[in-house]
Amino acid sequence: MSQVKSLENRVDEALGNEQLQTNFRSAMDYLIEKRSDQFPDKDDLNNLRNTSSSIRSNSLSKLPELLIMLEENLENNNIKVHWAETDIEANNTIYQILKEANAKKVVKGKSMVTEEIELNEFLDSKNIEILETDLGEFLVQLANEKPSHIVMPAIHKSRKEISKVFLEHFPEFPYTEDVDLITQQARKILRDRFREADAGISGVNFAVAETGTLCLVENEGNGRMCTTVPPLHIAVAGIEKVVENLSDVPPLLDILTKSATGQEITTYFNMISSPRKNDEKDGPMVMHVILLDNGRSKIHQNTEMQETLKCIRCGSCINHCPVYTQLGGHAYGTVYPGPIGITLEPQQKGISELGDLTSLCTMCGACAEVCPVQIPLPKLINRLRSETVEGDYMSQFIEGVGSQRKSIESIAWQIWKHIYSHPTLYSICSKAITKLSSFSPKKFGGWSNYRVMPKPSNTSLKELAKQAGFKNE
Amino acid sequence: MLKSEVYFFGTCLVDLFFPKEGLAGMKLLEREGIKVIYPKNQTCCGQPAFNSGYRKEALKVARAQIKCFPKNIPIIVPSGSCAGMIKFHWRDLFKGESDFEAAMLVVERVFEFTEFLVDKLEIKLTDLGEPTQIAIHTSCSSRNEMKIEDKIEQLVSQLSEVEVLEQEHKSECCGFGGTFAVKQADISGSMVQDKTNTLLATNASCVISQECGCLMNIGGALEKQNAPMKSQHIAQFLWERTNESG
Repeated sequence: MSQVKSLENRVDEALGNEQLQTNFRSAMDYLIEKRSDQFPDKDDLNNLRNTSSSIRSNSLSKLPELLIMLEENLENNNIKVHWAETDIEANNTIYQILKEANAKKVVKGKSMVTEEIELNEFLDSKNIEILETDLGEFLVQLANEKPSHIVMPAIHKSRKEISKVFLEHFPEFPYTEDVDLITQQARKILRDRFREADAGISGVNFAVAETGTLCLVENEGNGRMCTTVPPLHIAVAGIEKVVENLSDVPPLLDILTKSATGQEITTYFNMISSPRKNDEKDGPMVMHVILLDNGRSKIHQNTEMQETLKCIRCGSCINHCPVYTQLGGHAYGTVYPGPIGITLEPQQKGISELGDLTSLCTMCGACAEVCPVQIPLPKLINRLRSETVEGDYMSQFIEGVGSQRKSIESIAWQIWKHIYSHPTLYSICSKAITKLSSFSPKKFGGWSNYRVMPKPSNTSLKELAKQAGFKNE
Repeated sequence: MLKSEVYFFGTCLVDLFFPKEGLAGMKLLEREGIKVIYPKNQTCCGQPAFNSGYRKEALKVARAQIKCFPKNIPIIVPSGSCAGMIKFHWRDLFKGESDFEAAMLVVERVFEFTEFLVDKLEIKLTDLGEPTQIAIHTSCSSRNEMKIEDKIEQLVSQLSEVEVLEQEHKSECCGFGGTFAVKQADISGSMVQDKTNTLLATNASCVISQECGCLMNIGGALEKQNAPMKSQHIAQFLWERTNESG
């Protein structure tokens, strides 16, 4: 679905939608302020970022051994572990588990990794009913759309639009634009569905290797319902979600909720350590975990880009990205939008398909300033940009390096290089440009649609400095 | 490292589009008793190509700068992003190259203009201008990369007749981003529209910045809109307000 329209068309569409731009602007303002309120002390924040960053770096530096430890301890806890190299493998494994359990109705908690593998579409095609239970995801599913943000999936929808979607699907409820009432209605609908479900599917925020514990962060209790009410629970986790120790969890949880939604802590935090035990009265009878690679181990092999995998999916880089604020999430056409999206997605799906995403960045650096695990996003984006046009170094890690090189652009940079690396030539050109400044072009691409063209000065600084008597070597 | 003598690295944008601003910066330094050298063979730090992904081309141009600055004296750059390019990206760019060490000798001597005035010169300014209200656009590279966004504010706060008005979303990018403004012209255009809207809402008569890229973008948009606001580089602004002959 993602690449039906070109990036250019999607951008045009987003910029042409004033309502959407206003919605995103106010939503991002709100999230930025809430986050900032949680971190009144800069030093405290930096200490927490340092701690969190080193926890994630530690995970990545020991990734293979931690994954083996995690598998062992999950199995010891009676949680069955499945490895999936690709999205197809993950989907097939999930389908097999559901089929063997004769599960027809599935409820799902919010999980970006299941968006990544397009699990809903896959299970639909197998005639298994899968229902999103996070309110935002539920709305997006009803509207037959995709999430526009990794933490707030329905943030692109106005209250009116939501009310309309609700009325269309549930005419038995009276029309309302009152958010609390809509939430009440949704709660009523979802309650029954939890009860009827044959299986629950969830994501994982942290998978603790030393104890085999799966941690799940959520606000609505739907995650707890999905993982405790149905007789079968399947959790899906990217392999990078592993952390070594239980003591790694508190700092990460702390900075995750504060960075994501500006909450001191979320309403629910689930630590899942086994299916129902003999003496227990609730919980699923059977638990499975799918550990998904889907390009991650390749990213992991590349020491420079490996930092991409430190991400804890708080969405803070997205909230602070001025380009995302203009466009919203759908224009990216990918599962993960914003700075983390344009860093991760081209590495996963290749530069031929998604290399152009790296142009959605002004290199302003706002993302790196707020990233809770200190991923140097602009640096990584810049590196990827160079891989789109040059790329002699990353071809073993990323598909399509160099494939976005356009001859006109490349020639322009060759000319630029030639002039700017030869001072005498530069001098001649700069003299010509300044002497002919009144003939300088009045239009240049899209620049002049919004601004006047900068006019070269009549005299260069080099000339002015010389005239003013400054020494020149 | 001598403080009484400095190099001035004008940057490619200043050389051709903002030379008076560059000259004002040099004169200001000279007035403070510093001998300023403008090496004639300098061209560009390599940033435009580097940010567009053309690293080999960026390296070749960056390399041509090294021999322009042989003496062990500070190199003053009137632009946060060019100073940032040298300070934080030359290391990557020159990694594994035979002239890495020589490049690093340049890197460690680079100061952004306002940073040098405040931290090294501890300059004292006397305001000779008329009362005015201005807005300050602190560029992203000055803020997020160089961490010197407070320097321009400190300089302006010394001017008794200047009132600084705060625009909304002050720390948000103006949408320039080098070739971003051409490659993603419509997003960039929408961003600069937002930026000029917030600036104009302050009713300030002028917006100043330490970054010529941002000024080209914001100033160009203000001019296109026929808006009642000027844009000016901090060097020119300080020079005009503190120099007797203006």
